[in-house]
Amino acid sequence: MLVETLLLVTLLGAGIVMLAPDRFAGKLAAGISVIPVALTTYMYYVFLTDYNGAGNALLSPGEVAFGTQIPWLNLGEYTVQYYVGLDGVSMPLLALTTILTTLAIVSAWTPIDERQSQFYGLMLLMEVSLIGVFTALDFFLWFVFWEGVLIPMYFLIGVWGGPRRKYAAIKFFVYTNVASLVMFAGLFALVFATDVTTLSLPAMATAFRGATGLPTFAGYSLATISFVLMFIGFAVKVPVFPLHTWLPDAHVEAPTPVSVMLAGVLLKMGTYALLRFNFTMLEATARQLAVPLAIVGVVSVIYGAMLALAQRDLKRIVAYSSISSMGYVILGLVAFTPLGMGGATFQMVAHGLISGLMFMTVGVIYNTTHTRMVGDMSGLADRMPWTVGIFVAAAFGYMGLPLMAGFAAEFFIFQGAFNAATLGASAPVLTSLAMFGIVIVAGYLLWAMQRTLFGGFNLETDYEVGPAAVHDVAPLAVLLLLVIALGVAPDLSLDMIQHAVAPLTGGGA
Amino acid sequence: MVDPTWLATAPALAFGAAALVLLLADSIDPDTTNTTVLGGIAVAGSLGSLAAAVYLLYGGVGIPTGEGGSGPAVLFGGQLVVDQMALFFMTIVASVTALVTLASMDYVREHAYQAEFYSLVLLSATGMSLLSAANSLATGFVAFELVSLPSYALVAFLKKNRGSVEAGLKYFLIGAVSSSVLAYGISLVYAATGVMRFDAVATAIQSGTVQTVVDGSIEAQASGASVQMSILGVGIVMIIGGLAFKMAAVPFHFWAPEAYEGAPAPISAFLSSASKAAGFVIAFRAFAVAFPIGALAETGGAVDWFVVFQVLAIATMFIGNFAAATQETVKRMLAYSSVGHAGYVLIGLAALTATGDGMALSMSAGMAHLLVYGFMNTGAFLFIALAEYWGVGRRFEDYNGLGKQAPVACAAMTVFLFSLAGLPIGGGFFSKFYLFQATLNVSAWSLAAALVINSALSLFYYSRVVKAMWIEEPTGERTIESYPTGLYTAIVAAAVITVLLIPGFGYVSEVAFRAVELL
Repeated sequence: MLVETLLLVTLLGAGIVMLAPDRFAGKLAAGISVIPVALTTYMYYVFLTDYNGAGNALLSPGEVAFGTQIPWLNLGEYTVQYYVGLDGVSMPLLALTTILTTLAIVSAWTPIDERQSQFYGLMLLMEVSLIGVFTALDFFLWFVFWEGVLIPMYFLIGVWGGPRRKYAAIKFFVYTNVASLVMFAGLFALVFATDVTTLSLPAMATAFRGATGLPTFAGYSLATISFVLMFIGFAVKVPVFPLHTWLPDAHVEAPTPVSVMLAGVLLKMGTYALLRFNFTMLEATARQLAVPLAIVGVVSVIYGAMLALAQRDLKRIVAYSSISSMGYVILGLVAFTPLGMGGATFQMVAHGLISGLMFMTVGVIYNTTHTRMVGDMSGLADRMPWTVGIFVAAAFGYMGLPLMAGFAAEFFIFQGAFNAATLGASAPVLTSLAMFGIVIVAGYLLWAMQRTLFGGFNLETDYEVGPAAVHDVAPLAVLLLLVIALGVAPDLSLDMIQHAVAPLTGGGA
Repeated sequence: MVDPTWLATAPALAFGAAALVLLLADSIDPDTTNTTVLGGIAVAGSLGSLAAAVYLLYGGVGIPTGEGGSGPAVLFGGQLVVDQMALFFMTIVASVTALVTLASMDYVREHAYQAEFYSLVLLSATGMSLLSAANSLATGFVAFELVSLPSYALVAFLKKNRGSVEAGLKYFLIGAVSSSVLAYGISLVYAATGVMRFDAVATAIQSGTVQTVVDGSIEAQASGASVQMSILGVGIVMIIGGLAFKMAAVPFHFWAPEAYEGAPAPISAFLSSASKAAGFVIAFRAFAVAFPIGALAETGGAVDWFVVFQVLAIATMFIGNFAAATQETVKRMLAYSSVGHAGYVLIGLAALTATGDGMALSMSAGMAHLLVYGFMNTGAFLFIALAEYWGVGRRFEDYNGLGKQAPVACAAMTVFLFSLAGLPIGGGFFSKFYLFQATLNVSAWSLAAALVINSALSLFYYSRVVKAMWIEEPTGERTIESYPTGLYTAIVAAAVITVLLIPGFGYVSEVAFRAVELL
């Protein structure tokens, strides 16, 4: 019942906020969004105590936490259910979603000054869909939420975004919608080839993993073709090179709180789906295709970092670096080792927190200075000590400073990938290349910080540049604390993640 | 069994009775423009029809007695059959007619000849209900004409508006041509098989000998002549052509954008939702029952009609959607998108294998899409009616910033448009993916690819309206003086039903699937 309560409370909250007057919509939305945070915190606590050893939701559905399963409808001979539940992979991502939504809402108080009730209502509506994506265990239910994210996102970018917001919104919309259809085609080709009649994810996983004698087209097994179609579909969301071109547009034009959600949670939808569908349901195919997939991941790492290096806009730097960070997730997943897959999932959470933090910090700086261009300003440290301090900490977190979440995640991934059997002889080469990405990250972040934050203060303005408001800095501090907490004690989520991915990596965590 | 049997046609009778009451009222007081009374009668008739259709549908008419139902109601020696499929479509027709008549109360308030307006709508709806139950080429043709003739007059109803009159004339001319094509096709099928009833035609095709119907039972003709497959094939293709007109499918779609744009907007809603559904129901029944693809494939010589439908479906999707994407006025965009949706529904007759496998899935997907479409498309056209009522312009830019002035109506329109595009804000999401599933089921990759491309394209042009309403700033001065109750009620009702069709889609898809299985 907890998952349903979570969904209903958030949906109801979205409706209330939508009708509330602009005057206090932001405060009301923040207040309402604390309820899902409290609920997920409680669920997280129950999970840690009661379900920590639970297996993978798709492979041992009996061990699902907070599960509900009710028949919903029939599409031809296919049964669709209302089926939700959590395992060690989805629990941390769910917690990430609710926490980040609350913080993003608080961080929107300063920059969002028109049509506020609609803005906050849509933020909560998006949270409903995101909660659904991470909890649904039936394909159609999951797909409703998956596509449902697009609608609030379209408006959030289109109405409150920057100068080219209309173009960015429609590009994001069409790009990800086509991707969903490609994915759907790949998945259903398999559904019809196997004799699965219940469209729940566990049933699909069982059927696909046990499928034998699948038809072949032009020498490729249907499993391979479906895998590729689904990978393309999800890779757009991640995004993976060369399907990333919607991301810089969407990020740069989106208002900062929306960028936080986009980078922090929406990108994780892609990697989460890759893990659930491609790497769990079609494990054998994923193992076969490990090397080309790892190459795609490493290219994303290097290419994304190089693009970030070439940017002058702080927000673009953070946006492109997300492509780089998501490349690590792909590398970790294809390793099929406990540390690789566990680290990749851990990276989803860690990157969600750190990139959210980075975007929020850039947003706070922009709110004060009204510019994001690296060359336009310098010496901000004098004027905004707290914000700059957190920015520096976040940047070091991004570069992988030990005792912060990013370090733990990337360390696990590299360790897991270095000797990965799936990658064979190319494992050390690919991993080393990916490690080189860290150097580039350090390069562009240090350079950007040096130019904007330090030195003598210089910014031509006709307004005062001073410290940011407390409610602007508080969300940053909360996120930084979480980043450090996960860095110091990764087992807070790594343990449950590893239990959930253990069946894929061949046994014990 | 419904007793007496004729009561099973209650959905059609309710329409007919209301139409006659309206004519009576008009002859008592010919000059009345009392919309409340006239429109009220029309709405009451439609709701009565809807109630009867839903009651019979869930009462199990058409479901075999052995499975808890009361069996199909067979009338006039099998000329009319009221079964689950007929009732499903009667429900669509009645729902759309109720919404349209309700919305018309505000739209035609200032016009003369209101009684005639409503009675023509209801007579056309009577034809659609009968068409849903038609079980023979003859009754099908008669009902088809009953649908068409009032609708020609309705399109030209705004007789002082040149666009409306021109659209009516074009619609009539193309309609007349396609009716004659249909009639000629029917005559060829009759010549080849000797029978008109769908099940008898099927018997003739399966046995290969010309049949006759004696006292309601099918017998081989004494001459023992065999069916001329080539004549039959030509007849089938001509019937497809004639029906494609009513569905607004390529290449008989040319009338549709003109008629939908020129007609009063509630009539555009009526034609593009209900009339289209009626075109499809007779096609579904004729091709599922009378021309079984498996038997045609075995006997050879005739025509693989599902291939024809595949070509038509793909062409219709592409032409409708690409034309919609290039329009500058909202109503014309919706008109072309309606053509595109005809292409989606044609998948119901196209996603089959050469032996007819996959029909239950594909045809029920087409039916489910028509039902959802009945609400979302009607709602979208009724929103246009509201915009015309307010005197908002016709172009996309004229809708700029409308969301601030009329948030409720614009929210409803957003639901319609996104649902039409297949996003999970309305039942259109499920019906589109149900159709997609049907194409993948039989590995019809070309259909699936066409669906993907057109879906993406449609998202682009539908969101232009959404963008104008919510994102753009208003360009000119615009004052909205009144918020018409009837139109608002109809639009909000359509939006609520569209949204509720997400959780409730199971009822639709299960009934549709069952209905096709029982054919």
